[in-house]
Amino acid sequence: MKKLIELKVNDNTYEVLIEPWWNLARVLREQVGLTGTKISCETGDCGACTVLIDGKAVKSCLYPAMRARGKEIVTIEGISANRKGELHPLQEAFIEHFAVQCGYCTPGMIMTAKALLDENPKPTEEQVKEYLSGNLCRCTGYTKIIEAVLAAADKT
Amino acid sequence: MRFEYLEPESIDEALAMLSQYKGKSKIIAGGTDLMLQMRYRTAKPKYVIDITRIRGLGYVAFDDNRGLKIGALTTIRDLETSADLQEKYPIIAQAAGQLGSVAIRNVATVGGNLCNALPSAETAQVLVALSSEVRIIGPSGGRALPLQDFFTGVGKTVLQPDELLLEIVVPELAPGASGTYIKHSPRGPIDLAIVNITVLMTMEPDQKTCKDAKIVLGTVAPTPLRARNAENVLKGRRIDAALIDKAAQTASDEANPRRGSIRGSFEYKKEMVRVLTARAIREITA
Repeated sequence: MKKLIELKVNDNTYEVLIEPWWNLARVLREQVGLTGTKISCETGDCGACTVLIDGKAVKSCLYPAMRARGKEIVTIEGISANRKGELHPLQEAFIEHFAVQCGYCTPGMIMTAKALLDENPKPTEEQVKEYLSGNLCRCTGYTKIIEAVLAAADKT
Repeated sequence: MRFEYLEPESIDEALAMLSQYKGKSKIIAGGTDLMLQMRYRTAKPKYVIDITRIRGLGYVAFDDNRGLKIGALTTIRDLETSADLQEKYPIIAQAAGQLGSVAIRNVATVGGNLCNALPSAETAQVLVALSSEVRIIGPSGGRALPLQDFFTGVGKTVLQPDELLLEIVVPELAPGASGTYIKHSPRGPIDLAIVNITVLMTMEPDQKTCKDAKIVLGTVAPTPLRARNAENVLKGRRIDAALIDKAAQTASDEANPRRGSIRGSFEYKKEMVRVLTARAIREITA
């Protein structure tokens, strides 16, 4: 039986009808309509589905949508909110440093990087690598991604 | 993967649900194991009982130098980052930091890690090495038992379908005790272990003689394995290179990995037990 629930995403409240077994990644994409969050492995390994829940990086493909009620969810669409059309420093850095090829891992990478910089504004390269180890990229070889995160850290 | 999603707000409510739907229900906490199992159909509960809304089950509480209590809903990330744990029981924080990735650790719980009972479970082996006890609650009340006896096989524990793991109790560390946790895996923490080991040693005041040793081997037996023969090689003896090699070889002999694992052959895993045990002892006694 579908349930009507409320989700708070990027400071907006959405009413959605979901089956209790749906994971948050699918609900964000298909019910809320925010397709920036990607689904790739759907087994909690690749990190493409990473969102922030109450400020913490979470793999939304393993997170029951039912549990997300009452929590503050932030997706890639939400990090440039309130910036009057300007991108978040992480998004800018990813573009400047060409840390995007196919782009599929990118939202997850940026959300995890944002969680890192919120916790640790000046991480070392080793800390960036460690923190991002749950986000896989098949295109770039990671070098530019790490560069971009460090550059964004320098800017803020 | 269809189920009803239940959200008890108290332990009593959770126990009532577990009893009512006995055998057809599963507890979900972090969900990083269960969501996968349900997707792969290795778990098919009709009722999923989300206990994360129950208050007061996530804590790291020190008991006036008389040990430590960890609530079952404490996240792995909290164990990893707790400054108190890093200072007083560093191997717990160390092992927690080797579980998956940050996003997994943010939601995964120590209770879930123990109840899922994989032989590679990070927190299981360090807590066994620390001689921990677990407190369980069920319809007939509470019971406690050594964590060592909690595991009965791959993915199997003594927990009954209508019981809940509440708390892990860790006794006070002996003065002069120090240990290390080593996980050997292809790409680091995000992979399951090929072999992981915990060595905890208490040295005599002369810093050269071993008073006590606990060696726990993971992923080389159906449950976390105490390498008691290897421990006895070390206990009461003066540590030197020859003794370390002997203890490491003994630990390797005690290991009994299953054949056909994609993460490492029988021979390789036994060899890695030898290598890592020696490395761990050297690290601790350096």
